[in-house]
Amino acid sequence: MGKLGCRHNERGTYSMGIVNHKKTNLHGMTVHTIETKKYKTTSFILQVKEPINEKNVTKRALLAYVLQSGTKDFPSSKELRSALDDLYGATLNADLSKKGENQVISIRMEVANEKFLSNSEPVLDKAFHLLSQVLLAPPLEGDVFKEGIVKKEKRSLKQQIESIYDDKMRYANKRLLEEMYDTEPYRLNVYGNGDEVDSISSKELFDYYQEVIRNDKIDLYVIGDISTDEMVEKVSKHFRFSKDRKEDETKAVNARDEKRISEVKEIFEEQDVQQGKLHMGYRTYTTYADDDYFALQVFNGIFGGFSHSKLFMNVREKESLAYYAASRFESHKGAVFVMSGIETANYEKAVKIIKEQHEEMKKGNITDSEFEQTKAMINNQVLETIDHPIGLSEVLYHNVVAGTDRSIEEWMEGIKRVTKDDVVAVAKKVTLDTIFFLKGAGTNGNENV
Amino acid sequence: MGMKTFDQLDETLHYEELPNGLKVYVLEKKGFNKTYATFTTHYGSVDNHFKPLGKDENVKVPDGIAHFLEHKLFEKEHGDVFQDFSKQGASANAFTTFNRTAYLFSTTGDVKKNLTTLIDFVQEPYFTEKTVEKEKGIIGQEIRMYDDNPDWRVYFGLIENMYHHHPVKIDIAGTEKSIAKITKDDLYECYETFYHPSNMILFIVGPIDAKEILNFVKDNQSQKSFKEKEHIERFFDEEPQTVAKSKKVIEMTVQTPKCYMGYKEATPNRQGKELMKHELSVNLLLEMMFGKSSPNYETLYEEGLIDQTFSFDYTEENGFGFSMLGGDTRSPDGFVERISGMVEAFKQQSIDEGSFNRARKKKIGAFLRSLNSPEFIANQFTRYAFNEMDLFDVIPVFESLTVPDVEEVLQNHFKKEAMTVCQVQKKKS
Repeated sequence: MGKLGCRHNERGTYSMGIVNHKKTNLHGMTVHTIETKKYKTTSFILQVKEPINEKNVTKRALLAYVLQSGTKDFPSSKELRSALDDLYGATLNADLSKKGENQVISIRMEVANEKFLSNSEPVLDKAFHLLSQVLLAPPLEGDVFKEGIVKKEKRSLKQQIESIYDDKMRYANKRLLEEMYDTEPYRLNVYGNGDEVDSISSKELFDYYQEVIRNDKIDLYVIGDISTDEMVEKVSKHFRFSKDRKEDETKAVNARDEKRISEVKEIFEEQDVQQGKLHMGYRTYTTYADDDYFALQVFNGIFGGFSHSKLFMNVREKESLAYYAASRFESHKGAVFVMSGIETANYEKAVKIIKEQHEEMKKGNITDSEFEQTKAMINNQVLETIDHPIGLSEVLYHNVVAGTDRSIEEWMEGIKRVTKDDVVAVAKKVTLDTIFFLKGAGTNGNENV
Repeated sequence: MGMKTFDQLDETLHYEELPNGLKVYVLEKKGFNKTYATFTTHYGSVDNHFKPLGKDENVKVPDGIAHFLEHKLFEKEHGDVFQDFSKQGASANAFTTFNRTAYLFSTTGDVKKNLTTLIDFVQEPYFTEKTVEKEKGIIGQEIRMYDDNPDWRVYFGLIENMYHHHPVKIDIAGTEKSIAKITKDDLYECYETFYHPSNMILFIVGPIDAKEILNFVKDNQSQKSFKEKEHIERFFDEEPQTVAKSKKVIEMTVQTPKCYMGYKEATPNRQGKELMKHELSVNLLLEMMFGKSSPNYETLYEEGLIDQTFSFDYTEENGFGFSMLGGDTRSPDGFVERISGMVEAFKQQSIDEGSFNRARKKKIGAFLRSLNSPEFIANQFTRYAFNEMDLFDVIPVFESLTVPDVEEVLQNHFKKEAMTVCQVQKKKS
């Protein structure tokens, strides 16, 4: 965690300009406080991280579902939800995401700021307590998770995994990752494997849970009209970890992408859909912590990140082949993904145009306006993202995942300094790895009465 | 220039109706980086039968034309307005609903420059045969994308079931066939009729000086001339209170079936406070019956009839209104049987004051949370204003609701004969 380390009760402040972000280490958890008056709510975001791995991936997904389904004091979903409603409709949800080769459980809670309520009820302290209970005092039956809850949440998780197939864009994306990273942990789906869900016992899940709260890296963000001192006091009061909690630092992922591509993998699958889904995966060999990360941001912006980008202009506006044609990138794995919905018959044409746009960038065919617009848009994007409490916490959490200590100002300065040559250099590193195409057979959606 | 303060919410709204009829609202949001502006016309997919401005004959226009117009307004003689925004560090977008078309941008940079671009591009149409033809391929792919989306199909299928004649049952984007007929002259005719400033609202929210922005807009508008404002005549066929179809099944390549149920509102002709009260009452009742803290939710979840995709909502606009409940389910028929049984059972019991208060607290909290979002404020304020409501009345109206209000809605809205079902089932191979 950079120069602020993991020692207890040490506090550091950075990025005082745009956001007032303070960090405090308490009981082996990092508490990030952001004091701001711009919201009508206070947000809490807990991030619990471990490297994604075959052994635990499904268990961890199930754990996220189970944790949001009750606590010791409110041992059913209904009771927990009633308690939240009484806190002026506080929201609570647990969610999973993959950040590079990490599987992160995010538990988010948002409560109304009591000053906007007619009868000023003290909701903040209660909210703090409830959140700590969700993480640290789950509903037990004997020494394990309540069986009834585990059973219900298994069903919900399986349905969640199955539903990926129903959303063809998500399905094609999942298939691309499975093919492209067939020997790397990044291939794993963040919700785990559907056929492993049933075999997880409450005992096994509970043992894993104990490992998680003992060893995982845990960060808590509190954002709102708060005072850091008060929050730190509340954390000390409510978040009581066991004494043997010690973050397992051997777990930090530092997976440099070294894989060289000799031949592009091309995978076709056919389904009864109206529109073909074209997904292409590129390796960039650059991640968040690297110096050329900013150039990669600009590369992606010019390539397909915006509505002035080469993909949108050529695939959609010039050729009318698609409604969407865009690229996005994953900061910690260092990958660029292109996606477009096209007529099945236009596959060759679309792939050719997309490849040409990449070639153009390698040759330095980037206009001044493409270059300047992209930088302006990236700047705009990051400022807009941090207007939202969750967006802000995500931007700050990048540093935790990457082991860096970059302020938002430094980040924006980094984008500003990128030159066209830097972008061309990145474009030359970016290499197409896999193309996945979900072909349409075209009779989807027959109606009958 | 008017000003309204909402002390409890710590918000001040500035507004003015300009001589050409345009209504402008400005909300200062200190501490935010972003300014967000929407320029919205009270015109959407349902407005397909009307009397064009300055003409005597009514016309019926092709399905999907409001949405088509939305796409085409971005194209100008000099190129694409999207590019102008992005050169100015703003991201632009637009969307079309049943009765609104909104153009918007957000920026952390030069607000005035982008505001000028927004107002001017919406007020200066440029349609040609060639650009209209080009768009047909793009929108065709947009339609296909939605055709493959089971959530959209089940949602829209439900609305189709409810209505015999009302054009709310027509897909907002139309079909590939209907958009093939659209010409540039059709677009101009719709534009002239519905994009008059008196039919539009401009809403700007962000870290700005409200008076300065209002004056800036006034200046812009005073330099342009518009036709005299006229009342717009729209025509709708008489809609029966019954549903057109009580059940529909759509087969798609999915693994988990989907089921939506809906109740059609019998008298969707409220406006103003009456509409707000009704809308909030139905939503509060839905929360009490099926919210996550309700016994019904627990039962449905335990029986595996719902999962986390389950949601519900009530919406009403002038001429149509419906509640819907649904999501992914293992047993679409079991879902319908259980939910309709629960609604009937609810009618038999008296409403519990405790759960009423809890649901209301939850709704008020959710509303406060929404006010963190400039997008929500601008879009919802506009929607409310077109229905003669004021977004900032939501909390007082919630606070004024009583158990009898909710009981009335329970008996009158959730009628068996007003119910319909749409399911997406796994395609048999």
